[in-house]
Amino acid sequence: MPSDTPQFEERGGWGQRVINFLHGNPTVIPLLVLVIGLAIFSMIVGKRFFHPFNLSLVLQQVTVIGMLALAQTLIILTAGIDLSVGAIMVLASVVMGQLALTYGWPPELALVAGIAAGGICGALNGLFITLLRLPPFIVTLGTWSIFNAVVQFWSGGQTIRQQEIAATAPILQWTGTAMQVGAARLTLGSILMLGLAVFLWYMLNRTAYGRHIYATGNDAEAARLSGINTRRVLFSVYLLAGGICGVAGWVLIGRIGAVSPLGGASANLDSITAVVIGGTSLFGGRGSILGTLIGALIVGFFRNGLALAGLDVLWQEFTIGCLIIMAVGFDQWLRRIAA
Amino acid sequence: MKKNSWLALGGAVAALCLSLPAAQAQDKEILVGLITKTDPNPFFYKMREGAEAKSKELGVKFQAFAGKFDGDNDTQVQAVENLIAAGASGILIVASDTKAIVPTIQKARDAGILVIALDTPLEPMEAAQATFATDNFHAGQLIGEWAKRTLGDKAADAHIAFIDAHESQPTVDVARDQGFMDGFGIDTKDVNRRGDEDDPRIVGHEMGEGSEVGGRNGMETLLQKNFDVNVVYTINEPTAAGAWEALKAAGKDDGSVLVTSVDGGCPGVKNVADGVIGATSMQFPLLMASLGVEAIVEHAKNGTVPEPSEGLTFTNTGVKLVTDKPVEGLESITSEEALKECWG
Amino acid sequence: MTPILSARDLRKSYGRVVAMDGVDFDLYPGEILGVIGDNGAGKSSMIRALAGALRPDSGEIRLNGEPVRFTSPMDARAKGIETVFQTLAMAPALTIVDNLFLGREYRKPGLRGSLFRMLDRGRMRAEARKHLSDLGLATIQNIDQVVETLSGGQRQGVAVARACAFGSRVVILDEPTAALGVKESRKVLDLIRDVRSRGISIVLISHNMPHVFEIADRVHIHRLGRRIAQVEPSQISMSDAVAIMTGAMQPPPNSISQEP
Repeated sequence: MPSDTPQFEERGGWGQRVINFLHGNPTVIPLLVLVIGLAIFSMIVGKRFFHPFNLSLVLQQVTVIGMLALAQTLIILTAGIDLSVGAIMVLASVVMGQLALTYGWPPELALVAGIAAGGICGALNGLFITLLRLPPFIVTLGTWSIFNAVVQFWSGGQTIRQQEIAATAPILQWTGTAMQVGAARLTLGSILMLGLAVFLWYMLNRTAYGRHIYATGNDAEAARLSGINTRRVLFSVYLLAGGICGVAGWVLIGRIGAVSPLGGASANLDSITAVVIGGTSLFGGRGSILGTLIGALIVGFFRNGLALAGLDVLWQEFTIGCLIIMAVGFDQWLRRIAA
Repeated sequence: MKKNSWLALGGAVAALCLSLPAAQAQDKEILVGLITKTDPNPFFYKMREGAEAKSKELGVKFQAFAGKFDGDNDTQVQAVENLIAAGASGILIVASDTKAIVPTIQKARDAGILVIALDTPLEPMEAAQATFATDNFHAGQLIGEWAKRTLGDKAADAHIAFIDAHESQPTVDVARDQGFMDGFGIDTKDVNRRGDEDDPRIVGHEMGEGSEVGGRNGMETLLQKNFDVNVVYTINEPTAAGAWEALKAAGKDDGSVLVTSVDGGCPGVKNVADGVIGATSMQFPLLMASLGVEAIVEHAKNGTVPEPSEGLTFTNTGVKLVTDKPVEGLESITSEEALKECWG
Repeated sequence: MTPILSARDLRKSYGRVVAMDGVDFDLYPGEILGVIGDNGAGKSSMIRALAGALRPDSGEIRLNGEPVRFTSPMDARAKGIETVFQTLAMAPALTIVDNLFLGREYRKPGLRGSLFRMLDRGRMRAEARKHLSDLGLATIQNIDQVVETLSGGQRQGVAVARACAFGSRVVILDEPTAALGVKESRKVLDLIRDVRSRGISIVLISHNMPHVFEIADRVHIHRLGRRIAQVEPSQISMSDAVAIMTGAMQPPPNSISQEP
């Protein structure tokens, strides 16, 4: 019997095996970039760079963008894009601040309402994309403007100061609470971000829903024919991403102490940068949460390292740009040799 | 039936087209346009409020436009074009790109519109008939001098951190920064260029994009470069608030660091009262806007063009130093007094 | 003998375009039925109707003599009709195991499965390995390999394995050899025979006449939106079949109601 059955030979060779490995583990490349980057900076900058305080500082600096990048990862895995994540984050923080301070809601309720507002924004994106079948790029470009306008309308362009929040709604600043671990300082916001990353990793890799997100982004028609309700998957992903942006709004308040209508503008692109450098493909279905964390850390460490090395800000931007091109180029190469 | 309804629609459109120019010609009402950089910024928000209130008071029509982001020239060009088409009498503009907007401004002037630059002078300055602005160099000088006098002898070995806005070195950004240096007694070298100084007291320049997040990130990086920082210059008050969070996290919120800023927004003034900001230079956006509206109405009625302040190339709308730790020889107002005049 | 899967008078039109014009179809237990027809003859509409991916305007589908109504591919699949689409419907960046169980993953027993929705990866991998080696695809050593690193024949093999894995009675194969070279085509044909030997009925849609005539027990000839003839490969020449398919020749008498 076995001799009758058809046999397919496996394509062999050392090069092929490396390629197969990279296909299965695309996170290896950003990890390598991070390790090499750290090595170079520790040589140039010296002890200061590897000091636990500096390392934990970079983690703090990437926490807000990292949070948005986690949400962005989910969306990019479905072959979508969300240009409104930064606006949703600011909107959520403004909702929290306004409800708690201007409208006198109990701070806990204001917090929940802010996160819910993020979820509603995400659901709105999801509705436009799944119900009206509009391209995510256009939809989120539109909602980005809309959410910004709502922020402007609600806040009146006003900052709510750190002292006022500390006096009436300290829970909004909870994510900024720092803990001393040896020489390192960890904020609860960073821990929240890492916890969320673990949760999302579990969801993507250990549940059927996670596999469906990958399949939907990789080949929506194939996923549909396999019995996956791709529209439901898409909608739920935008909803979830919106909720995460809402939590990011909370982390943002902890980071800057205040509620400010400023500062969300560059966050959209920064989140996409982290995702792309982390090896997640803009064409969907390929990438990982761990990669995004590494991507965010690469951006953080390169900025920090270049600044400590005394280089001008221009070179930080230049280097990040090069990393983006390299990451996208690598993804294209991987996809081409697969075909 | 279908044909008829098309005909009716065509007739209606034609009638509308004919009546529009007629309506415009009849309507001799004065229209004032305000174009700002971005919407989500209390400074511009206040400007708009001021212009709107003044327009109402004088009984003229008012229309406001804003760019989508700082540096968004295209949207401002469109706004100017729209105002020309709408037959505006005058335009108040806070230019995002002070050079690129100039040809469009010329078009407006050719159409007989009075153009006044607010807050930021155009390049060249004569591109607008008048400029109503804060003397940003002087605003920087005031806080620089305050810091120097407060430190006294210790100013000679201060460690100064600079958190500016953008690496593209916009004029306002550079003027405040260089003004601070001038006031503090640092050789600015080229006064139109930031970063060419070699004074060892400068710890470094970081770009905070004028926001809290940027202020905190920038301060953290500069503290990593030199933990002994004892003077901080910030481009505006949100940046100062962000920098303060970083100082607090580093345990340097005990008053050992002098934080200085420019703007005079209400949250900023309250931060002076709370000891977060040592001193800030207050500017008057509401005044800029309302003076601008007045000038346009004046021009529309009898053709007068506003004259620049004495000794300056623009109309100075004034700067006041706000601090609760006044120093001798430097005029200042307290945060309590400032709270009555603050904006945003 | 009752057909395992049959259809009577299926109709479907899109505006003025008639995709199915009274289609009849019969598949008998344990046979390989070849389906041939010119491009645009409406084969794929019929197949999609049988697979649950298209709802006919009218007509009846029977499974083992019982009337059935499919509203989605999942419906058909639940009744034991699996389809291997020409595109294979696999997510190339996912692993073999992920693809085999896509849309019908196993969850861990107990709280881990119900509350934490945890996948039972051990069980899925064990079953995947078993199915692949049953079909002689054991040479694919690493079932955690992503599908896009497989050769065309291997991918087809995995897709067939997926169709066979879930206790199905009917497997519909849409152009399984179209994208393959000679050597790999041969292996896929062997694979199809192998599946049949396990008691599964097979519908093979193909443009490749030699392949159809080599392995089909009967051939369903489709023309202008319906079945025009059923023939046995041993009774008719390949060129005659093509002539019937293109309308150059009248089908032989009694060829419609033919049974094996």
